[in-house]
Amino acid sequence: MEELPIRSGDDVVRVRQQVRMVAEKTGLSLVDQTKVVTAASELARNALVHGGGGTARIDVVASDLGKSGVRIGFTDGGPGIGDIDLALTDGWTTGQGLGLGLSGARRLVDEFELTSKPGGGTSVVVVKWSR
Amino acid sequence: MTERVPILKISSTLFVSIQIDLQDESVVRLQEDLADELAATGARGVIIDITAVEIVDSFIGRMLATIGSISRLFDAETVLVGMRPAVAITLTELGLSLRGVRTALNAEKGLALLNGSS
Repeated sequence: MEELPIRSGDDVVRVRQQVRMVAEKTGLSLVDQTKVVTAASELARNALVHGGGGTARIDVVASDLGKSGVRIGFTDGGPGIGDIDLALTDGWTTGQGLGLGLSGARRLVDEFELTSKPGGGTSVVVVKWSR
Repeated sequence: MTERVPILKISSTLFVSIQIDLQDESVVRLQEDLADELAATGARGVIIDITAVEIVDSFIGRMLATIGSISRLFDAETVLVGMRPAVAITLTELGLSLRGVRTALNAEKGLALLNGSS
């Protein structure tokens, strides 16, 4: 529905604001909005810092059970992740962070799918459903 | 452009009220500005009001904890006040404990905490 560039810190803020707007419209509770916006912030920063920039695509989706949700897909053209299991471990970090970005973002959403190849960029798709 | 968070000094306390949608550069800037201000004024306490902050992610959380550690080096105590319930729930689930940072419900209680501990 909407594709936003992630090229600067300002873009990360814009992704957060857009996700908040869509999550609110979709009927997510305030806590769930906060969780999905926080997850989006982590993943947008990852795309910027580790992926050298990328895009975020925000969609409203419907489940088979009639629930609605927000789906956000992050894509970057960075070096990719060699060991995905390791990257999703709490506390594992390539540098200055706490190593909570990826693992923490996964805990904050209902669905989380990460695909990456060394040299082939990284894509993360998350979904948060309304209750 | 990086927006700046203003710092107010009232007697021996520095007050920071974050009213903008924080981007990483703004938090780093705030950390530097606070260190300068602590060194220049000899303030004994820092109150950071996050009533208006809608999300605290791992980077912002880590920076807030770092501000606490930095102010301790200047013999000052930091109190984080006004965290929204949804932010508290999200931070905990994210795995961030903000250990080492004191918190209070609001600015008034934060100030009482600082005055009681000095």
